[in-house]
Amino acid sequence: MIPARTTAIDWRTRQHPAWWAALVHRISGVLLALFLPAHFWALALALQGEARLDGFLGWAHRPEIRLGETALVVLLAVHLAGGLRIMALELLDVRAGQKTAIALSAGFGLALGLLYLLEVF
Amino acid sequence: MSARAETWLWLAQRGAAIVLAAAVTVHLATIVYAVHLGLSAAAIIGRIAGNRAWLAFYIAFAIAAAIHGGIGLRTVVRETTPWRGASLELATVLFVVFLALAGTRAALALFA
Repeated sequence: MIPARTTAIDWRTRQHPAWWAALVHRISGVLLALFLPAHFWALALALQGEARLDGFLGWAHRPEIRLGETALVVLLAVHLAGGLRIMALELLDVRAGQKTAIALSAGFGLALGLLYLLEVF
Repeated sequence: MSARAETWLWLAQRGAAIVLAAAVTVHLATIVYAVHLGLSAAAIIGRIAGNRAWLAFYIAFAIAAAIHGGIGLRTVVRETTPWRGASLELATVLFVVFLALAGTRAALALFA
């Protein structure tokens, strides 16, 4: 039997920030993709009337839900900024300043998360 | 899957990513704006209800997210597990179609 082609990340590259950026991009991407069905389900509650959606939004005012939403905002912002860095690298061949771009991506995600936290609490 | 098909998947994923780069920027700005004003369901629906431009935006957003997320999940599965072959391709297609339909349904729910 022919073993499956290996496409796994090279573990020896872990000392470079780009490895961690790749890991964060994958984890954030997986979590966002798995969250989407729940997000669409909640929005579709509008089909059952405004009161039903308002009821759900009222439930979502709980602090633990707000913290979860904040985490989602951070994941989305980090995935966006990290994705822009990857596309600049792949499509525009922008290779300079990768560590700076990774740091800025992380900073952008945290800044958006803090802004959301300030607004909801 | 052939190298040619893998290339098309890569192109579809990056094409969707370009759409998402703009859509997610608008979405994040809208989220912060909505929580800043403390919008109710009525206000959120009122912004989208009957507005064809927002409907088109959210349907395109949902379809791009479905394509990008589905192909991205497939990539992560192939990197981290031995899962390959027709069952993985079928699961990817089902996930993309399900997300695209669920997202379109949600956009239509807010529009109607």
